[in-house]
Amino acid sequence: MHMADALLSPAVGGAMLAATAGTIAWCSSRVPRDLDEYKVPLMGVLGAFVFAAQMINFAIPGTGSSGHIGGGLLLAILLGPHAAFLTIASVLFIQALFFADGGLLALGCNIFNLGFFQTFIAYPLIYRRLAGRQPRQSRLVLAAIVAGVVGLQLAAFAVVLETTASGISALPFKAFVLLMQPIHLAIGVIEGLATAAIIAFVHRARPELVESTLAGRPLGSLPIRGMLAAFALAAVLLGGVVSWFASTQPDGLEWAIAKVTGDTELPAPAHPLHHTLAAIQEKLAIFPGDTGQSGSPAPDNPAGRIDNGLPGLIGGLVTLATAVLTGLLLRSCARRA
Amino acid sequence: MLAIDGTLFDFKRLDLLAMRESAVHRLDPRAKVLTTLVFIVCVVSFGRYELAAMLPFCLFPIALLALGDLPAGYIARKVLVVIPFAVMVGLFNPLFDRQVILQLGPLGIWGGWLSCLSIVVRALLTAAAAIVLVAVTGFPAICVALEQLGMPRVFAVQLLFLYRYIFVLTDEGGRVARARQLRSCGNKGMGLRHFGPLLGHLLLRTWERAERIHMAMLARGFTGEMHARRRGRFGAGDVLFVLGWSALFVTFRLYNFPQLLGMLLLGS
Repeated sequence: MHMADALLSPAVGGAMLAATAGTIAWCSSRVPRDLDEYKVPLMGVLGAFVFAAQMINFAIPGTGSSGHIGGGLLLAILLGPHAAFLTIASVLFIQALFFADGGLLALGCNIFNLGFFQTFIAYPLIYRRLAGRQPRQSRLVLAAIVAGVVGLQLAAFAVVLETTASGISALPFKAFVLLMQPIHLAIGVIEGLATAAIIAFVHRARPELVESTLAGRPLGSLPIRGMLAAFALAAVLLGGVVSWFASTQPDGLEWAIAKVTGDTELPAPAHPLHHTLAAIQEKLAIFPGDTGQSGSPAPDNPAGRIDNGLPGLIGGLVTLATAVLTGLLLRSCARRA
Repeated sequence: MLAIDGTLFDFKRLDLLAMRESAVHRLDPRAKVLTTLVFIVCVVSFGRYELAAMLPFCLFPIALLALGDLPAGYIARKVLVVIPFAVMVGLFNPLFDRQVILQLGPLGIWGGWLSCLSIVVRALLTAAAAIVLVAVTGFPAICVALEQLGMPRVFAVQLLFLYRYIFVLTDEGGRVARARQLRSCGNKGMGLRHFGPLLGHLLLRTWERAERIHMAMLARGFTGEMHARRRGRFGAGDVLFVLGWSALFVTFRLYNFPQLLGMLLLGS
């Protein structure tokens, strides 16, 4: 589910990072207004709870495998969308830094995929509508499952879009969609069931915890207008940044567009910046037109010529050896100092 | 069971590494964060079929590792964890992309294999950069750096809070998981029916803990701000660190040094 840096182009990663940073800024400005300050430690501790909860697996009936919760939906139910988004973002941030889950550039994608869709789409538009104010057990379970499925389907689709737009993986769009959506249908059902199991228990033990958010104390009226504005902003950012990068770095996106539309002939990027950069690159390149330089032929048909890989292999090995030797040298210097 | 304890131990060890003393540890956290970002952007901006050209980038994590006197084996193990994930995604490339684009002696190499390997190398480089960054900077310092670079205060407070309680709650979660596993011989009781109450109880305890924490904080005069030790200003050394490495990354990005070196050695 986590996107990885390795599959991202800087354009897509940067655009999603910008969209996520915008959402975080917006939520950060809303949270102090919406929440009583008592929720400040609550957000932090619940984030840590999600960490702990992810270590506790349960057996998935009939499959022999086990699963754990993602936590986005659970946090949204307990904290409301804004605080939940910040909390899930902080959890993913730590996972990226300490466990190399995804990576730093992919953080924007991951927070958006796993946070935004669960907290701002699945929770307010589906869970709240379906569960109502005083949910009975069956309705609560149904609402959680549908919300879990919708949230994860959207997230999976976003992963496909981001990967395809980056153009590092060669998986065709259609095959990728057919691979991702069914898997995440199952994961969504499990997420919904597990979330419902926890919420149902809490509802029985301390109903006021769940009801205060549901009854929508200060958070009650989620402004649809504000949400749409955030969406529009994200879209504009995405469009603007991607198209700007797309004209400077044609390879990934063009390839993706060709894949999606089935049309390999795209008009050449007319942006003057692209030509300037290409010219600079040509000038700087020691072997002009070498496959070693990006911005060269469309990756779908890499030059149509066959390169000799031997210099690259030998040079690469020597480079690695040099780097390791440098490291050893630096270490002995550092220790002596 | 051991896996959980192992993960926790690993996590704590990485955190402790940041407390060492060295020239890189002493650098301003902002300098390290910015340099790492430049590094990652340069690495991921390579084309799909690049492989050799990316290798010089390993100099950065290796140099920090050496200067920071970090345990190389431990960091390497943490970084190597990403390989299975990268391979899982990259393995589709040879299926869809079977054009021979590289000749290695008698061996013709498909574009797909090349891009698959390229994905693995990217994953290793970016993961190494992130983990080394944490090991030489420490999480609280990274949060403070990001706040100074413009991250909203509320989010910074959230990150610091989360970080403080992760260790407490993962310990508790680990104990709960171990207790259940010991009592559910042959996997009876590992299902969803018991999962709900189990996590529900943990959640309630967590909630009460948050209430206690809040009261304790109020009693000590909490006003919504977390105080962390702030280092001095962004000095000349920090500027030099950012600019020097960035210049090197851009050079590595523009020139394919391994290719050049190989041609030189082969005399072609």
